[in-house]
Order: sequence, then C-alpha cells, then structure tokens
Amino acid sequence: MKKSRILSLALAGALSFSMLAGCGGGEGGTANTPSGNSSTPAGSEETTPVSGGSASGTFKLGVIGPLTGGAAIYGTNVLNAAQIAVDEINELGGAVQFELISADDVHDPETSVNAYNNLMDQGMQILVGTVTSGPALSVVPLAYEDRVFTVTPSASGDDVIEGNDNVFQVCFTDSNQGSRSAQYIDEHFEDVKIAIIYKNDDPYSQGIRDNFAAEAETRGMEIVYEGTFNESTQTDFNNQLTSAQSAGADMIFLPIYYTPASVILTQANAMGYEPTFFGVDGMDGILTVPGFDTTLAEGVYLLTPFSADAEDEATQNFVSEYKSRHNDEIPNQFAADAYDAVYIVYEAIQAAGVTADMSNEEICDALIAAMGDLSVVGLTSAGSEMTWDDNGAVSKDPTAVVIEGGTYVTP
Amino acid sequence: MEFLLYLINGISMGSIYAIIALGYTMVYGIAKMLNFAHGDVIMVGGYVSFYATTYATGQLLGDNPSETAVGVATLVSVLLAMIVCTVLGVIIEGLAYRPLRQAGSLAVLITAIGVSYFLQNAAQLLFGANPKNFTSVIGGQLSLFDGQLRISNVALLTVVACVVIMIGLTLFTGRSKMGKAMRACSEDKGAAQLMGINVNRTISLTFAIGSALAAIAGVLLCSYSPVLQPTTGSMPGIKAFTAAVFGGIGSIPGAMLGGILLGIIEALAQAYISTQLSNAILFAVLIVVLLVKPSGLLGKYVPEKV
Repeated sequence: MKKSRILSLALAGALSFSMLAGCGGGEGGTANTPSGNSSTPAGSEETTPVSGGSASGTFKLGVIGPLTGGAAIYGTNVLNAAQIAVDEINELGGAVQFELISADDVHDPETSVNAYNNLMDQGMQILVGTVTSGPALSVVPLAYEDRVFTVTPSASGDDVIEGNDNVFQVCFTDSNQGSRSAQYIDEHFEDVKIAIIYKNDDPYSQGIRDNFAAEAETRGMEIVYEGTFNESTQTDFNNQLTSAQSAGADMIFLPIYYTPASVILTQANAMGYEPTFFGVDGMDGILTVPGFDTTLAEGVYLLTPFSADAEDEATQNFVSEYKSRHNDEIPNQFAADAYDAVYIVYEAIQAAGVTADMSNEEICDALIAAMGDLSVVGLTSAGSEMTWDDNGAVSKDPTAVVIEGGTYVTP
Repeated sequence: MEFLLYLINGISMGSIYAIIALGYTMVYGIAKMLNFAHGDVIMVGGYVSFYATTYATGQLLGDNPSETAVGVATLVSVLLAMIVCTVLGVIIEGLAYRPLRQAGSLAVLITAIGVSYFLQNAAQLLFGANPKNFTSVIGGQLSLFDGQLRISNVALLTVVACVVIMIGLTLFTGRSKMGKAMRACSEDKGAAQLMGINVNRTISLTFAIGSALAAIAGVLLCSYSPVLQPTTGSMPGIKAFTAAVFGGIGSIPGAMLGGILLGIIEALAQAYISTQLSNAILFAVLIVVLLVKPSGLLGKYVPEKV
C-alpha cells in the first residue's frame, strides 16, 4: 500500500512538473492581474503645477530585460546601448538629463513583474522595456495602469502595444516580421520548399509563424512541413529535422530565439542535412553562444533592421563606442533598438516640453500626444524616418542579412 | 526508410533516458527512495566535462591539437566528470539522505526535491545562467543505403554505451559480493544487517554507481543535444524517472526497456501524430500501462503483509 502511494505521489509530481514546463513562457496568469498594492510610483508625490514650454530635469529611465539566462545577450545589449545613449545625451549638457536604472527579468513573465515593481520603488518615470515579448505582456498592463510612458526596444508581439496607448515599439511587430520574411523569401528564393519549426508556447514565435503562414498562403508559397516544440522539448529536434528532410524542404524558417536555433543547426549538421535557414530578430546572437561552432551558422539568413558593418557615420560611431566599452564585442540589433529608444524618448520629451517634476501620468499623457507627430531617424531605420501609428507600431523598412565569414553581410 | 530514421532517433534518445533511469531504479530498489536530484547530477557531469575539455583544448594542447589528443582529452574529461559526480552523489547521500534514514518517505522525497533545487541554483551561481554550447567531439555520421539512411555517430555510441552499462550492472548485482549485498539490502535492510552487511556503506555505493552513470548520461546527453545550462538535467530527469516507473522501478532490465520504449513512443508520436501532443501521448501511454500492470512492465509485484 505504502509503496504504491509514494509512487503515485511522485508520478503526480512528475506530471505537474511537465505541465508547468509546458506552460512556461506563455502569456502567464500574471498578465491580467490588477496591479497596485506593491508598486508605489514615487514620482507622483510631488504636485508641482504643469509648467508647459521647455523640457527640463533629470528623468529616471528604467530598463527591464533578461540580463542573465537564455536570452541574456538581448538584455545586456539593450542595457549597454541605453547607457551609451544616456551618457551621450547627458554630455550634451542640455536641460534634459537622464538617470538609468535597470532590473533583470531572466526572460520570465513572473520575474519581470518583480523587476517592474522594484524599478517603480526606485522612482522610475519612463520605461525602456521590456526587451522580450513574453515578459512584456505581464509588465505592460501594469505600466498602463500606473501611467508609465513605455518605449520597448524589441518586444515585438502585436499584443504588447494592442490596447495600450502608453506603449510604443522601436522594433517591428511580429505580424510585420512574419509577413516581411515571407515577402523577402518569395522575392529572393525561387520555388523554395519551406519547413517551419516554431515554439508553440511562446507568443513571440507563434505570432510570427501565424503571420508568416498567412502571407505565404496569399503568395502561394509552398510550406511542406510544420513542426513545433516547447520549453520542455527544446533540446532534441532530430524528429522535426527528419520530418522536414523527408518532406523535401530546402529552406527552414525559424521564428525562434538563437539558443534552440543553435541546437537545430548542430543537429542538422550531425544528420548531414543542409537546408537554408532563415531566422528573424531572435536569431540575432547565434554567433555569441559560448562554445558554438560558428561555421555551422554560415549562410544563415536573418531579418534585421541593423547591421554593424553599415557605412553610415551614426552606425560607425555607435559601434566603435560600444566596442571600446565592451571588450570589442559587436553590438546587435537589440543594442541599436535600445539606443534609438532612448533618443526617441529624448525627442518626445523635448517635443512635449515636459519636466521631470511632473507626475508620471502628466508625463505619460504629454508624451503620448507628442508621439503622433514625432519622426526620428535612428540606427535601425536605415536612413528612413521612423513614425508611429496610434497603436504604437513603428513604420520603417526591414532588411535581411546573411552570415558570411562570421559576420552579418547584406546579401 | 523514414520510419527507420524516426526509430533510430527514438532509440538513441531512449538510450539516454535508459542510462538515467538506471540511476533512479538502483537507488529506489535499494534505498526505497526517489532521488529527484539525480537529473541535476547529470547537469553537473555535463559542466565538468565541458570545462575540462575547454581547458584542455584551450590551455594544454596548443593551437592545432591532433585528433588523438582531443580524443584522449575527452575521455579524461568523462572520467573526471564521473569522479566528481561520484563524490557529489556520496556527499549528497551522506549529508541529506542518511540523517533521514528512519524518517518517513515523504520527508526524504521533499529533501530530494530540495537538493535538486540547491544543485540548480548552485550551478547558476558557479557557471552562470548563460547556456553553453557543448561541442561534441564525436562528429560525423554513418551512411547506409546510398546515403538514404544517415545515423549520427553520437547516436550509435549512446546505444552501445547503454547496452554495455546494462550488461555490466546486471553482472555486478548478480555475481559480485557487493552486488549480492545490494540485493540483500533491497529485500530486507534489518535482516541484511544481521547477516553482517554494512547497510550504510552499501547504500553509499549505490549512490556512487548511480551518480557515475549520471555523469556518463550527462556527457552523452550534451553530445546529443548540445545546449548546457543549469536546468539541462531536470526535464530528461523527469522523463527518465517516468521510464523507470514504466519499465518497473527497481528492475535494471526494466529501466532499460522503459527508457528505450519511452524514446520510441516520443519519436513516433512526434513524427506521425503531432509534435504538440507528444508529451501528452507519452504520459497517456504510461497511465494505461500502469492501469494494466501497476508495477510496470518488468516490475515484480510484491504483496505487502497487513
């Protein structure tokens, strides 16, 4: 009796463990919980009358992103680049100054809520974050309720901005990434047979896949296989790759982050399967995985608005500053997004004429009004102007790069 | 032909589950406890081997090491991982489980879960949370039928290692003196002690063997699926535990059978039914098997006297 009871207890444990693992990274129950109790907006205590006109004061910018964990390269790039932009702006010595505070969310929705509350306790007035979409879906409703003006460098989910008037994106939305990828493949590869491998418990991956598939269908492109994986099965792709290969796929579309992508590249190589791999912004970082044989990434395409080898002066200055600060590390598009995000906030503050002693709500409303007419040329807009619609989605043109000789090259 | 490929994928992943399951099953058979920290010992083994090979290729062997040198370095790293894991397993048993020998089994179970979290967080502190890419030295693939059937050498090695380990363990528990002591402890600790068997030492030995196996499983797992992070061992650990129950916990051939069947079911479910539902199908099969045969496929049904 006793023995079987222990066993069934343990089995139940195992089951619920795997259930939990299966649900991780999803939208999470925290997304819709009303905020409040633990977060105390410090900036709102002062009641200085609205002074209008010239912007001034030191604004507290908060960065939330994965500084450790599987997506750490994004968070650290965003934080480093935001710091560069903040230092540049402060060095100008204008009336508007920034102070940067940051918190780690480990690319986890629940941790991100703690990170947000932590920053609010420190008196955050404007949020530059979150870096990834999963956590953003948990943080954005809180920021909406607390009226914190939010510019996310890279959380590309459509739901991140949907219905939240205070949130603006620097990156394109998932629908844009998905459909633009399909467009790019259709225009540059003839009669290609496509397989898709995506992570179906991640709104980011699922969102891009849905829009890619929809656009591919209207264009009459051939998708021969679709395989999924989730948080608990992201270590073994041999079956998906075997299926893709036997379905005759010569291109695999990977709307996923670079960590599982590195496993896919390694396992495909071990099988002797050599399709063209096409990733989106999540593929950025594949060359930085410790111990990863980067020759496996040769010929991988990825959709990105930023390439560090671009010739224009702004990019060159940014890249050399970043390299001199961080051991010759080359910044990725997330860094560029974050750099632009800080400048977008700076431009919006000047356009709206807000001062740092205003309450979060006053700052937020004034900046939202200013965003409608704002147009900013940044590192990630390839010379064109970024503008925003009422939803907070950015309009600019994406381009693709291919990995050759260990760096990104425009094909 | 595709079916064969899926089958081979399943068997090689299943062999890894089987090696891990052997660790669960031995500890359960002898100490009557579920060592949930087993999966995390695998992760430690992976890290030890990763750092040992990185150090060897980076510092000791110079710029262009010969293939033999790299091979030897890998072998040494596996041995090192086994030693570290063995010591770790014995320490865990001595510090966390031995004081609870007389306590209820629930207390031991909770302690095991605690040890599991401790190891994961300690690894995160020591090695960082950033995933490391474990470069497998066993490259290449075997090509059959004019290249229609390609099997990676890692997969072959995994299957061979699994079979060798199972045969070795069966011989050890069946023939050797220590093995007999283990079986005696498994049947009745009190009586074994009266016969002059040192029960504590026997249990420590069981943990040592289980942990050494975990180190091998760790290196194989990381060669097969190259991302190494502090949570690497937890999901394969849970699946291997399932495999051990599936095959009949406490039975060594059962663990092997359970592991390989689990791998095959998973692979075929992913290939022919749905990649989304593969885990659900896996556990559904487990439930059906346990309903029909409550002690698992090869488990012994031991009626308890009331």
